[in-house]
Amino acid sequence: MKKLIELDINGRIYEVAIDARDLLIDVIRNKVGLTGSKKGCGDGDCGACTVLIDGKPELSCIKLAIASQGKKITTIEGLVQESGQLHPIQQAYVDHGAVQCGFCTPGMILSSKALLDRNPNPTEQYIKHELSGNICRCTGYKRIIEAVEAAAKVWSKEGV
Amino acid sequence: MEKKDLNLKSKWNLTPEGWNLEGVPACQDEKRYTQVGRSVPRIDGPIKVKGEAIYTGDMTLPGMVYGKIKRSIYAHAIIKKIDCSKARELPGVLAVLTGDEAPNKWGIVPQAANETVLAVGKVRFYGEGVAAVAALDEETAEAALGLIEVEYERLPVLLNPFESMERSQEVLIHEDSKGNIMHAGEQVYGDVDKAFAGCEYVLEREFHTNYPQHGFLEPHSALASYDAQNGQLHLWASSQIPHYLHRQMSIVLEIPMNKIRVTLPTIGGGFGGKGEAAPSEFVACLLSRKVGRPVKVVYDRQEVFYTNKGRHPCHMKVKMGLDKDGYIQAVDFDNTLDKGAYSGWGIVVLFYTASMIHLPYKVPNARFRGRSVYTNKPSTGAMRGLGGVQPRWALECLMDEMAEMMGISPYELKLKNAIESGHTCINNMFVPHSEFKKCLETAVKKSGFLEKQGKLPFGKGIGMAGGYYITGTAYTLYQNYKPHTTVMIRVDTEGGVTLLCAAAEIGQGCNTVMAQMVAEELGIQYEDVHVQSGDTEIGAFDLGSFASRLTYAAGAAIKMACVEINQRLKETAAGMLGVRADQLVIKNHEIYSMYEIKKRISWEKAVEAYTSINGTLVGMGNFSPPRRKGIDIISGNRVQGANIGHSPTFGFSSQVHEVEVDVETGRIYVKKVTEAGDCGTPVNPMSVDGQVEGSIMFNIGACLYEDQKLDVNGKHLNPNFHDYKTPTTMEMPEMDTNIVESYDHSAPFGVKETGEGAVQPTFPALTNAIYDAIGVRFYNLPITPEMVLKVLKDKKEGKL
Repeated sequence: MKKLIELDINGRIYEVAIDARDLLIDVIRNKVGLTGSKKGCGDGDCGACTVLIDGKPELSCIKLAIASQGKKITTIEGLVQESGQLHPIQQAYVDHGAVQCGFCTPGMILSSKALLDRNPNPTEQYIKHELSGNICRCTGYKRIIEAVEAAAKVWSKEGV
Repeated sequence: MEKKDLNLKSKWNLTPEGWNLEGVPACQDEKRYTQVGRSVPRIDGPIKVKGEAIYTGDMTLPGMVYGKIKRSIYAHAIIKKIDCSKARELPGVLAVLTGDEAPNKWGIVPQAANETVLAVGKVRFYGEGVAAVAALDEETAEAALGLIEVEYERLPVLLNPFESMERSQEVLIHEDSKGNIMHAGEQVYGDVDKAFAGCEYVLEREFHTNYPQHGFLEPHSALASYDAQNGQLHLWASSQIPHYLHRQMSIVLEIPMNKIRVTLPTIGGGFGGKGEAAPSEFVACLLSRKVGRPVKVVYDRQEVFYTNKGRHPCHMKVKMGLDKDGYIQAVDFDNTLDKGAYSGWGIVVLFYTASMIHLPYKVPNARFRGRSVYTNKPSTGAMRGLGGVQPRWALECLMDEMAEMMGISPYELKLKNAIESGHTCINNMFVPHSEFKKCLETAVKKSGFLEKQGKLPFGKGIGMAGGYYITGTAYTLYQNYKPHTTVMIRVDTEGGVTLLCAAAEIGQGCNTVMAQMVAEELGIQYEDVHVQSGDTEIGAFDLGSFASRLTYAAGAAIKMACVEINQRLKETAAGMLGVRADQLVIKNHEIYSMYEIKKRISWEKAVEAYTSINGTLVGMGNFSPPRRKGIDIISGNRVQGANIGHSPTFGFSSQVHEVEVDVETGRIYVKKVTEAGDCGTPVNPMSVDGQVEGSIMFNIGACLYEDQKLDVNGKHLNPNFHDYKTPTTMEMPEMDTNIVESYDHSAPFGVKETGEGAVQPTFPALTNAIYDAIGVRFYNLPITPEMVLKVLKDKKEGKL
């Protein structure tokens, strides 16, 4: 039995017909059509599917879509600023070479945003701890951490 | 001298000798680059951070349906019967496919190809595909798999290569492979036994490596669309090797290559794991041809583990002999490789391990005996640093031990034996250029290795190792002499500059590097270059991303393609300026006379003038690597398999690892890694650092945590990222990577590789550091906390 629900994604309300067992990642990718969120493992281990739900990073591959109603969901597509400019975290990832294959990148950036929202002046250890749920096999993480540190500097100066 | 070392990355406008060529005509100054040697951001960076890059799994085509594969629940069994009738009847199911419908064998090395799309008559590993379904949606496809009934007759499961050889009388994995041996080979150069007899120091050890897999984050994905009206097939695939995939698709589907087009969308990592065709790709194509609609097949993570082509576990006996002064006289290397179920890259990997003993140290006498043995596991294949990582680990650990025997530093022993530019190995492998000694010196000096080794408190240790890897490859995998890379560069007033090629951007950054090289040659900016890569129809020919070949091969082809373009533009500009074309220089969007600098014209104007008369300007370039033969240079005899490992040039590197071992928990913490690499000219130094840092973490994972475990029946125990542990940010050490100044005059732009060389020293440097910390040498991988605790206990009880 399909059920019609409303999901608030990136500030827009999407009406989608879903099964009760449908996972949030599949609904976002296949029904809403926002394919920026990635499915790397489907088991909640790799973090590529990370989205922000009410500002907190959550694994959308182990979360039911039906349980996400009435919450504010942010995906990677919701980060670009209105003028089309990159969000400072996105810009820092580009500038610091923190992107290689890019498959972990959307989830990694959203985890970075969540950690900077909580703590705009993070230590390296704090960044490492907060990003430890996002696997990257390409970069060795060093440039990702540098990018977050650089974004934090912009953050504390300009506020985003 | 000290100051120079600290500024390793800042002097790309100087020659290796440190000359400043300011004032020298730019045409005579091959090293003064403006686009090459710059740390520019990747051209695909913005779309990737915005989530707009399209990977295969993100694609949807009109009328697209979904394919899924039914997998074997036994690791070795005869298929008695497959009943698909119930699955066919399920509403929403469009087609069911079984192995006998596509029995042609595929494999990247055609001489040994023995894999079929789906199992035919027999399954040889747990999770092997036995049938496939196309259905309107994924749920229906999944449900249909459950309705397919397969009757098996189980066979003994062989999971260890020694058991596999021993029990081959009882059961063969492949009927045509006696002894369950895929291939055995021997290579002898010089007189090894005589050399050992004259050695002052001789040591022999056994080493056993583990069974890691790539762990690329994007699972195998394929989308195929067959047009029944014109017989044209279009495949979008997550692959590193569009050409070899193209070729094998043609063989399996029995349609000509010109009716197949392979396109690579964005690829989410490969590390060798997408360096062979995959059943997902064949199944998508076969089902699409069957149902006349586009079919998408995306593996889940478990399926990636079931079908992975990870690193060969190697069981190695290594013996080395040194003379009284510490010079290597002979190496004897015996290797038993665990091949898994099918041949794949098998022969190539076998002989790569053989060729790895010849560098980066001078070895005047060498003997290799090896065999690659079938087992009932997923086939092993290419994984970052193919064939190099295992022997490098063994040899560098052995040398560490031998240095201790001699009472000298391993650094001294390695430096003493290190090869230099112009070295010819005993197997006729030729190294045109090497800064390996500089790598050793830089890593040792910057880490303070000599001051720390043997002097740190118990539980803390430091270890070093060297390494090298091929840059490019000398031979295609099938008999053919065609160039390995062809590129086409199009210049006009509409598209600007477009590079059309079939290189595979798998995340390593080749599109950016190629744009930099095109811009360098044409005298424009890298942002001006459009790159159309990874397409067998739009692009020109390319073998793919493997063997660290792309920067070198594409660089050479690009240089050649630009010659024609620059000549035409110079002729056009010469007429406009009233000077001779051969006096013109093209730099920074301008064409000017090198003698009368006021005679200049913008590059765009020259393009406009040329195209308004002649139309679009096109340059073609290609690259064929030199083909040296594997020859014993003493006897003059050609040696079996010895062509493998030859390459146009070689990259070198060295690493020093510092560890802390928690003696209570056995846990090993890698605190700091100091690396120095010779990658020739770093086209994009930031990208080089990214490759190196990624390499280090990749193999720290495989050295300490990663190992695929199977139960006695061959069933996977950890086919997910929860139980198969890859490093996270928490395991990241401090990393100090250094690009040593290097320029290979035999290479385009002086480039070499960096994608696979940097994984080579990680295992041994780490293992040697653990020895320095707790005084115990490990000969098995991965080095787990359990192993550490056991040896510490044994040591305490005096058993060690």
